[in-house]
This record gives sequence, structure tokens and C-alpha cells, in this order.
Amino acid sequence: MSDYLIELKNIGKRFGGVRALEDVSLAIRPGEIHCLAGENGSGKSTIIKVMSGIYTPDEGEIVIDGEPVGRLDPIRAVGHGIQVIYQDFSLFGNLTVAENLALNTYLLEGRSRMDWHRAHEMARDVLARIGVAIDPDAEVGSLPTSGKQIVAIARAILARARLIVMDEPTTALTRHEVEALFTIVRDLKAQGIAILFVSHKMREMLEISERLTVFRNGRKVAEGAMRDFDEATITHAMTGLDLTDDPYRPEIPDGPPLLEVTGLSVPGTVERVALSLRPGEIVGISGLIGSGRTELARALFGMEPRMTGEIRLDGRPARPRSVQEAIARGIAYVPEDRLTEGLFLPQSIERNLVVSILDRLRRGLFLDRRAVRARTAEMFAAMQIAAPSPETPAGNLSGGNAQRVMLGRWLLTGARVLILNGPTVGVDVGSKATIHRIIRDLATRDGLAVLMISDDVPELVTNCNRIHVMHRGRFVAELAGAEMTETRINDTLKTLT
Amino acid sequence: MKILNSTEFVIACVLVAAMVLIGLVNPAFWGFDNLFSLAKSNVVIGIMALGVLLVMISGGIDVSLPSFAVAALYIVVRAMVELNYDGVLLPFIAAALIGLVLGAFNALIIERFRMIPLIVTLGTASIVRGLLLGLMGASIVNINKMPKELIAFGKHDLVTVQAANGASYGLTAMVLVYLGLAVAMHLVLRYTMIGRSVYAYGTDAESARRAGFNTRRTIWFVYCTAGLLAGLAGMLHTSMIWQANPRDFQGLELDVIAAVVLGGASIFGGRGSVLGTLIGVFMLVMVKNSLILLKVDTTWQRVVVGMIIVTATAITARRDRRKLA
Repeated sequence: MSDYLIELKNIGKRFGGVRALEDVSLAIRPGEIHCLAGENGSGKSTIIKVMSGIYTPDEGEIVIDGEPVGRLDPIRAVGHGIQVIYQDFSLFGNLTVAENLALNTYLLEGRSRMDWHRAHEMARDVLARIGVAIDPDAEVGSLPTSGKQIVAIARAILARARLIVMDEPTTALTRHEVEALFTIVRDLKAQGIAILFVSHKMREMLEISERLTVFRNGRKVAEGAMRDFDEATITHAMTGLDLTDDPYRPEIPDGPPLLEVTGLSVPGTVERVALSLRPGEIVGISGLIGSGRTELARALFGMEPRMTGEIRLDGRPARPRSVQEAIARGIAYVPEDRLTEGLFLPQSIERNLVVSILDRLRRGLFLDRRAVRARTAEMFAAMQIAAPSPETPAGNLSGGNAQRVMLGRWLLTGARVLILNGPTVGVDVGSKATIHRIIRDLATRDGLAVLMISDDVPELVTNCNRIHVMHRGRFVAELAGAEMTETRINDTLKTLT
Repeated sequence: MKILNSTEFVIACVLVAAMVLIGLVNPAFWGFDNLFSLAKSNVVIGIMALGVLLVMISGGIDVSLPSFAVAALYIVVRAMVELNYDGVLLPFIAAALIGLVLGAFNALIIERFRMIPLIVTLGTASIVRGLLLGLMGASIVNINKMPKELIAFGKHDLVTVQAANGASYGLTAMVLVYLGLAVAMHLVLRYTMIGRSVYAYGTDAESARRAGFNTRRTIWFVYCTAGLLAGLAGMLHTSMIWQANPRDFQGLELDVIAAVVLGGASIFGGRGSVLGTLIGVFMLVMVKNSLILLKVDTTWQRVVVGMIIVTATAITARRDRRKLA
């Protein structure tokens, strides 16, 4: 018997002229929690697809339970107990939990009858095995992301998974939900199921994984026991660069605040919040989903008509009643879900950049093409957008580049207050560092006031000079200077109920 | 309470409220003659609605069923007249097969060329209507030429009631065919994997494929069944009105879609039930019938149907968005 559940030996895979994987090996032991790290384009997704039989490698060998398996296809991979949970979960939102769980088994067994009774039994059993209470009759679409993830895990278990591959499993989860997920994962490990996390959230990897493999540009650049790594060495392996995070501690000149908010309320979500931002400041807001942080941002941007309270810009009352007013007054908002709320995916980068300032680029009835091109070129360079040309559709961009287009769009409006909600969600480490540097430059060089809302506590600690902790619509703590540490914020968040 | 929250319960409440209201305005509404005539009007549109329900759950929309129905009934009746054939079972099977073949044509285009169902069925509806008139002529087969056994079949009543003035009213037995098909559709949708595959496909086609459903088979099943139902509906129609008119069913596709949407099916796919559709059909037929009783012009009836489609779609879309969010 082999020590390994699955071994990928010297795998090579090319698409046309591009080498996606080159002489890569990855081995996973039964019941281990393994982490695969790498930036976008490093070959992580390709190796998952090789493992699950979607891609056939050009070179190399796949060995399962010590036996070479030859060509793997998706059905044989499932037969060997390999299950992949993609980020979108592939669940049916309109169907119940029980049906979602039973469908795959029934299809596998080639049934033509839908046996509801057995579906319920299967659902109850498997959910009890994971140790979570989810109503089998609930519609999957009505569950929170964490609930959907649990259903996806339960479905993998029902398919007799021996290895569950999870693609970026913690991206959309709050701290609490991540901990619940880790409890489930440890439990699965105890039942002998191996887990392969594919992630770039290093802190969480360090917390849960036993072994680590790092990919860069289609090659394996590091592997070993997790205890031999720390955040810096992993980052170094992933990027090939030394990215040091020195905290943002600017000299803020005493002066009147640029933005001053008093007694801001949005019925049901935000209660009497007071906030002030001076030019050059980056102020963080930390809080769980549902704490009112997003509503606060939306209110400042004129998107919450029921808002009450006072907002002053340069000491003058400036409560925006609409998005147009907010933009006109120099407030910009980069939303949490930039893909759905922000970018026009099929449209070019150029159009996405200038969309907020079309009025200013007008000559008579028509757009001044030359001005459009000039402003685009300027922002394209300033934001260091990595794309073949400004004509490239925004939908083709990686997370980091898409976020830069959004930032660029708002800077073109001449914004002086920049509100960022989850600025680096779904962005890889290298891009993340660039985005942070751009944000800091905007604050120090251009004197913008930045409000940064984020789940990523380390991101807040290194990039903000002050942090508010928000809970149930109120600011419950303000941290600055030496008390602004990760532990301190995490502790504050944990004690909230 | 789960039942109290269900879409079907809400629609049923609206229906009861509407019936009470209409009854107050017009007491003749509760007369047996009116109720029986209402039930009769449900049959043809209801059977087509079952087909459209199936298509809508799969995430598509079908405006070709009334054309298919008219093609099936007209071809079969004309053939019977030409061949001097009289009978019931064989003509119904023939009409169902014609509907099925036409439905298969929809399925072929939609599945093979990955086309939008609305556009495909708009096209096939027009093609079939045009071909029918072009190749078979526009002459109406009237009661004197209609096959006698078909007429006799359409005359079957379940119960008859004697009114005070001596006239008698019957509840057509065709409602049994309608209800039988509805029960069959319910069982297929709820208790077979092919039925569940329609819901899965309508929720998320890509996930359905990944889960291992044979989604091509699902599309074929959906459009062929819808076509078959249209053929049956056409044949029932002709035997109940003792006439075969190739220009019949103009604009009926909107009524059918309005009924299904009223019944709570989602325009986004993945949601809809037979019970809801039965109620939706009844509600639509009742509203149109009341407009006639109130002597409202037919032109204005189109306005009402249009308003029903827009309102009902807006409400269900709102419900579904909230769930998806």
C-alpha cells in the first residue's frame, strides 16, 4: 500500500504555445489537510482540472493508491473519490437541500424515479455526519454562502469523497464562518478524508493546513510541512519577490477634516455614526457582514435615500441625495462586488474608465474621442493596468486589474473622498501589494481621504492610520497607533455578540 | 407555516377573492350555466398551459403551441373529410404525433444551435401557420362536414343540470382529459428524474450538465411534450366547437403565457407548479369571461391580458430576485 492517496508525477500541460504546467509533482496523503498556493495564472486551476480528469496531461503520470491509473476522465476521477468544490458550488438554488444532495447519487445510480423519502434520509444522515443543522427542506438559494458551502461539502461526502478539493473556500465567508468551516474540515480529516485547499489567503492556510505546495508560473517552487513556513516565506515563494508590509503611519497635518459625518443613521442598519476624515488619512472599518458597514458606505455615496444625519465636506453641508450628487461633490465608491455593481464586463477598459466623466468629455452632442483617448492613456499608465490595450474587454481582466480599472474610473472624476469596500477581495498577493501602494500614494501624494472597509484585518492594520470597529450599525471601538494590532481587532470582533 | 407561504396558496386566495368580487358585481356568475361554460373554456388553454409551464420551468418560453394546435387539428380533420374516415382514437393519436413532430423541430433548433427559445418558437409559429394556409387553403370545415363521431365525443357531459326555464346545461367530460393530463404532468415533474432535470436545467443549465444530467434529452423532452400537448388541445378544441378553422387561436399564445405566469411560474426558469398553473388558467379564463358578461369590447380584453402578463411577471420576478439575492 502506498503512503499517498494520489500522486501527480512530473505533470506537463500546454495549451497551444503556452506552458500551463511544467514538470509539476504533487502528492497528497490520506486524511491530510494540504494547501496549494499560488497567484492567478500559476497553474493551480490547471492542476485541479488534471486531478479531476477534465484535462489530460501531456506529460507525466497519475498514481492513485500506488497504482498508475493511466488516462483519467471526470467519471473515473469521481469513482476514485476525488471531488472538487468550485467557487460557485454548482448547486441548484431553486431546489431544496435534500434534492441537491440526492440528485448526484440518483444520477450515478441511473435512476429514473425521484425518491423523496430516501433523499430526505440521505440529507439528514450526511448533515448529521458533518454536525450541522440545516433544514433539508430549505431552498438552497435561501441559504447564506456558508450554508451553500456546507451543502456542497455534504454532496461531496455522499459521492464517497476521499479527497475534497476546495477552490478559494474562505473568500466569501466571515471570520466566524471560516472557523465553523475549519471545524468541519478537521472533522472530515478525522474521518480519513483528505482536503486540498486552493487559496491565497496565507493566514488562514497557516492556521489549518499541515502541508503546503506553492506554484509559480506553472512550476512547483516550494513544498513541505506548514510549520516550516511563515507568511513572508510563502509570499516570497508565490511572487518571487520580497513584499514587505511596512505599516502606513503618515504624518497627518492638523487641520480641518475633509469629510465630517455626525449622527448618520440608516433605519435598521446604521445608527448614529460619527466619522471624520482628513486629507491623507486612510481610515479602516472592520466589522462582520451585516454590521452596517456596507450601508454606511452606500449612505455616504447617496445610495440610501432613508439616511438621516449630517455630512459635511470642507465644513459645508454636503449630504448627497443621489449618486450623481455624491460624484459631483467628489465622493467615490468602489463597491464590494465590483463585478456586479461596478464594471461593464463586455465593454472595453476605455469605456469602463471614462463612463463616470462622459459629461466632461463632450463636445456638443458628441464625445471628444481625442480627449477620451488621452484621459484613458493617462489612467491606464497610472494604475499600471496589465492588459494588451485599452480596447480589451473588462471581463477578460484578472481580479487585481479589474479593481485597478475601478479605482482609475473614480480618480478620473476628481474624487477627494475615496470609499473602498473590500478593495482586494479575490485579488492575488502580487496585485494586492500594487493596489495597496496605489491607495497609499493617492492619500499621501494627492491628499485624498480614504475610507477602507475590509474583512481582511491584516490589510486594515498595514494600510490604515486609524480603524473603527463596527457592530450592529454602531462604531464600538476606535483604534489608532500602537493599539492597532491584528490581535486586538480580532479580539474585539470575537467578543461582539 | 409552509403552506401559507407557498405561491399556490397566495394565488388561490387571490382567485377566491376575485370570484367573490365578480359574484357580487354579477350574480349570474354563480349560475351553473356560467360555471360549466367556464370549466369548458379551461380545457384547451389549460392543456397548452401545461406545455408552456414545462417550457418555462426549463427556462425557456414557447409561443408556438397555438399554431401547432391549429396545424394538428386542421390537418387531421381535413384528412378525415378527404378519406371519409370517422373515429376518435386514431385522429387524437395523429394530432398528438403532429404536435410532437413540430415540437421536435423546436427542440432540434434550440438544442443543436443553442438558440433563444422565444425567437425560435416565434419563427416556427409563423412558419407553421403560413405553411398550413399556403398548402391546405383557408376553407373552414363546418359542422355539416365535420366527422360525426368527433362531434359526438365532444358532446359527452359529466353531469347535466336542468334550469328553471327548462334549458339544460352540461359539464363537458373533456375536463377529465384536462385534469388527467394535469395529474400526469404533476407526477412526471415531481417524481421522475426527467421531471427534476427540467427544474435543474431551468435553475442553472451549466450546473445541470456538470451534475451529470443529460441536458440534451431534457430539452427534447420539454419541447416534444409541449408540442404533443398542443396537438391534443387542438383536437379537443375542434371536437368541442364542431368546426375546424385554420385561422383559429390567433393571439392565444399570450393568453396561455399569461395564465402560466399568473400561476406563479418564474420567467427566470426553475420554478413553477401544475397546481399553480391550473389556478392561473382558471383565473385568466374567469377574468376574460367576466369581461364578456360585463359586455366589455374584445379589444379591451387584449389590454387586460397584457396588463395581467406584465403585473404577474413583475410580482413573480420580484419574488425570485429576492430569493436569488
